[in-house]
Amino acid sequence: MSLALSTQIINLLAAILLLIAFAMISQRRILSLINLFALQGFILTMSTGVVAYSTAQHHLYYSAGLTLLLKVLVLPWLLHRLIRKLKIKWDVETLINIPTTMLAGIVLVIFSFDLAAPISQLSDSVTRGLIGIALASVLLSLLMMLTRRKAVSQVVGFLSLENGLFFAATSATHGMPLVVELGIALDVLVATFIFGIFFFQIRETFDSLDISHMETLKDD
Amino acid sequence: MDHINLALGIIFQLCQSLLVVALAPLLTGWVGQCRAWLQNRTGPGLLQPYRTLHKLFLKDALLADNASPLFRVTPYILFGCMWLAAAIIPIIAIDLPFSQAADVIALVGVFALARVFIALAAMDIGTSFGSMGARREMLVSFLAEPALLMVFFASSLISHSTQLPHIVETFSHHAFVLYPSLAFASIAFLMILLAENARIPVDNPSTHLELTMIHEAMILEYSARHLALVEWAVSLKLFAYISIGIALFFPYGIAEVGNWGALPLAIVALLLKLTAAGAGLAGLETILAKMRIFRVPEFLGTAFLLAVLGLLIHFLLGA
Amino acid sequence: MNEISVLPIDVAGGIILLWIALGLIGLALQRSPSMICRLVFPLGAALALLLAATGLWALAETPNIAVLPLGLPDLPLHLRLDPLSAFFLILLGGTAFGVSLYSAGYFKTMAGGMLGLLSLEYHLFLASMALVILADDAYMFMVAWESMALSSYFLVTTDHKIPDIRRAGFLYLLIAHVGAIAILLSFGVMQAGHGIAAYTFDAMRATPLSSFWSSVAFLLALFGFGAKAGVLPMHVWLPEAHPAAPSPVSALMSGVMLKTAIYGFLRVTFDLLDVHLWWWGVLVLALGLLTAVFGVIFAAVQGDMKRLLAYSSIENIGLLLVGIGLTIIFHVYGKNALAALSLTATLYHSLNHAFFKSLLFIGTGSILHATGERNMGRLGGLIRRMPWVAVTLLIGVLSIAGLPPFNGFISEWLLLQAFLLSPGLPNTHINMLIPVAAAVIALAAALAAYVMVKFYGIIFLGQFREPGLADAHDAGWWERLGLVWLASACIVLGLAPVYVVQKLDFVTKMLLGQGLGNSTSGWLFVAPVDIERASYSPVYFLLAVLGVMSVTAWVVHHYYHGRVSRVPAWDCGFPAQTARMQDTAEGFGQPIRRLFEPFFKIEREMPSPFDVHPRYHGQSDDKIWFFLYLPIKLMVQSLSSWTSLIQHGRIHVYLLYTFVTLIVLLAFV
Repeated sequence: MSLALSTQIINLLAAILLLIAFAMISQRRILSLINLFALQGFILTMSTGVVAYSTAQHHLYYSAGLTLLLKVLVLPWLLHRLIRKLKIKWDVETLINIPTTMLAGIVLVIFSFDLAAPISQLSDSVTRGLIGIALASVLLSLLMMLTRRKAVSQVVGFLSLENGLFFAATSATHGMPLVVELGIALDVLVATFIFGIFFFQIRETFDSLDISHMETLKDD
Repeated sequence: MDHINLALGIIFQLCQSLLVVALAPLLTGWVGQCRAWLQNRTGPGLLQPYRTLHKLFLKDALLADNASPLFRVTPYILFGCMWLAAAIIPIIAIDLPFSQAADVIALVGVFALARVFIALAAMDIGTSFGSMGARREMLVSFLAEPALLMVFFASSLISHSTQLPHIVETFSHHAFVLYPSLAFASIAFLMILLAENARIPVDNPSTHLELTMIHEAMILEYSARHLALVEWAVSLKLFAYISIGIALFFPYGIAEVGNWGALPLAIVALLLKLTAAGAGLAGLETILAKMRIFRVPEFLGTAFLLAVLGLLIHFLLGA
Repeated sequence: MNEISVLPIDVAGGIILLWIALGLIGLALQRSPSMICRLVFPLGAALALLLAATGLWALAETPNIAVLPLGLPDLPLHLRLDPLSAFFLILLGGTAFGVSLYSAGYFKTMAGGMLGLLSLEYHLFLASMALVILADDAYMFMVAWESMALSSYFLVTTDHKIPDIRRAGFLYLLIAHVGAIAILLSFGVMQAGHGIAAYTFDAMRATPLSSFWSSVAFLLALFGFGAKAGVLPMHVWLPEAHPAAPSPVSALMSGVMLKTAIYGFLRVTFDLLDVHLWWWGVLVLALGLLTAVFGVIFAAVQGDMKRLLAYSSIENIGLLLVGIGLTIIFHVYGKNALAALSLTATLYHSLNHAFFKSLLFIGTGSILHATGERNMGRLGGLIRRMPWVAVTLLIGVLSIAGLPPFNGFISEWLLLQAFLLSPGLPNTHINMLIPVAAAVIALAAALAAYVMVKFYGIIFLGQFREPGLADAHDAGWWERLGLVWLASACIVLGLAPVYVVQKLDFVTKMLLGQGLGNSTSGWLFVAPVDIERASYSPVYFLLAVLGVMSVTAWVVHHYYHGRVSRVPAWDCGFPAQTARMQDTAEGFGQPIRRLFEPFFKIEREMPSPFDVHPRYHGQSDDKIWFFLYLPIKLMVQSLSSWTSLIQHGRIHVYLLYTFVTLIVLLAFV
């Protein structure tokens, strides 16, 4: 076989990332959503590790560790705590039904691969399609944010969007400088805190986390 | 030489068919036993399906007054189809002579044939539950069947063949390669397996609550030997599906025709894999909750789309 | 050997003439309807069989050409019998044989005058379809095409006293003519200003067109033939006209006439045009997918058995278009082996559909005669009263549902193989489209099984939904002959794919320059590309299932027993069971209606729980009718009312118009 084992593993992990993005779209329960997010972080850690090993770029080990710490442990823990405090268990309502969303997702995948095709040809460090997968998972996260009613699932969408970007960065360019990564990580952490505070405020104002209530703000 | 090969092939073929038919109720028994254990019950034991079959065969068949010949012949068709399916799938050995007669598309066709007949038989008596079961069964299948086909396509694109033996050979005997598209296909296949075998999130194999039944509603009017054949066919179907899963995703250790030395190893490997798969199935059924019937299309739609996505990924990643 | 050798085309021409003569004899025999049934229709059937045999003979021959001394001065009519025409003659003859035999019994009860006319129209219809297939110039083609449309219009409106049927007939005629205009324009484009002598197909073949004009001709042909075939969104006439026509006519229309449109499309695309562009294929493929899914979803919610079959015909036309689209794509990229595969699948499926759809339609005719009911919700349990119809239709249903080892499965198998072998096209967009298309095809095929279980289960199985059904009688002998012929054709086509594929090779070789062949020497295995890649043997398949069944039955009866006693149905112990507790046609289709709700325009009237006489009324309509056709209709109406402004009915005003026109023309010239 022509491809090296590490490339195959990265391909497989990329596919699993996409699979998780689709699982997130088709998931109704908020708890499972957070668990899926943690799993996504874990896959990301693994792929970063594999890239680090195969290209012998040691700073990537640090970013893998950072990912593990932040995205697999801290953020899910924070989110779990958040929903425990907010006493929400599930997110039953989606704006569009799930198969339709998934169909839109498939269209997005084709679109992003189409978009990524010229970029992938420029870069020789990756197998074709990794950028496409990264782009697709970014778009899918956006799609999830679009179709959900409850604010918490939108935050998860935002975070997984960042995961997609991170994957693009590691697999395509073998990672950003560590300083940038640290900065982004800090940003994400802070954003989560801010979102958390927002949630409490939203709930105090509307007695609900359903963002469709925010439409009433306009009339005031 | 050719004749010897053919004869060997036929012997292997017969061995496999008989073995599968004999073992299928055991697998069902094992899944039931595991479920019982997981639910803190003692369980009826591994051999319970055999005892049930024997008891049913002994009884006198009761037929509804207006049952047509179609109703009576369906259990035999069902059994024949499932046996045929078991003969196509490489379970203990690849390159069985019969597998050339039908590829994966025909395999999906065999399942469809059996399904259409059982649905028709369910409507034959004209009871309310019969037609309800038939309608639901067809609802489940119209999404599960193309999804299964797409899973097969994902693997045939890799192996450049729709013949199961060649697919298995590609996966088991060539250099180890990871296929991203199979990640999608395997998840989709698992969902299809649950749905097609009337397993828990879609249907409950042990339910007798009328309104939730799918498969059981269709076979309500069967009794005695007819019911026995239907039940046996259902076990065979579960066995066949699990074997397909093994063949597509964990084919390692399978023997080739004529290779007697590899045969014991192949059988041991098969038994281990089946044991694990049965236990896994029971575990899944224990942790999942049954869905409402109108959630089922969503579940299967997801499976179908995942399988399609697997195909797409194959094209996109070029792997 | 023989000096005066008879060519296949002479035989075919003779058959056409004899058919017309038979029709006239039928008209003359108005007084004795039983003679028409016993003589005219069986003779017509014999001619049909002869035509099929001629087609089989001509398949391997070089193309025969005949120039008729008829037609306009200096514009003789041309006929040509090449492998493509020969194949469609086989299709026509084989189907018409069964349908004509059946008609001999079916029209027995019809009044003499009407029957005479009907027999004339019927045989003219057959003759004009044969002429469409044989025509070798645009003029001949259009004449045959129009007489086909007209004769079938009169056949559809056989029961013209019913307003709905007149309406259906009018809609059919209208769309047929809009389509015919497009076809005529397409021929005009292909003639490309080479003068009137270029109206023969030979001249068109020789005329090189730029890709723009080729595309124009192609699109016009797609529209024109699509309107006849029932391609979305020109399908609206189909579910109206098919139920309106007498069943044998529906059988011929659905089984054969739709295929003449496919024939015309193949003829224009692969024979007359020599430039091919990839987006043609994509367009046809996409249209086909839409049509297939649309047709099958609508079939699933129908309550009228003939409408259900009509929608299922739309689905099958969709599948044929998918095959053609795929063929064009492969052909454009020079992958002729694959193009041959998908073309073979298309042709095979045309043949299959001709047989099983005619079978199902004439079966519904027998049911209609026996019960007087087209609504499936009032049928049920007929397997016990009409065993001949039930058994033959079971074969038809299993075939159309695409189940092995029957014929519908093989064409689907070939089509899916074509999809699976497609990777490696140089166009990445098409590469991505193809798995999605395969998935849609698989979905449509699975839904077809749903539809057919509904069709068969509701009509033939269960209890009688109406008390009168217990007196239903089985089909008569002539009808049985027709049913059995078509059903056995389904079985034979299912069991002998290698033979059929060999014969189809003549057609693919003619159109694409390459046949499919068979990589195995035996006749048991069909293996389109390579035995390692894919193979299928229906005979082994059938033998294995039957073998296992009989062994099982023997073992069970021998080692245990075969005792049976009859008891009332159990039904989970519910004491009161009435026939009304079974699913109706509407009930069986309900999950599909609910799942695909956006497709339908649904009108429902639900009874409240307290109604003493609860009534339920539900109707699922086609949105396309409301979004596309009604606005067009309104527009035409307003346009015509606008033009009526200048119509005063007074002769002076008209003279004034003429005068003004003359002055204006003179001023300009």
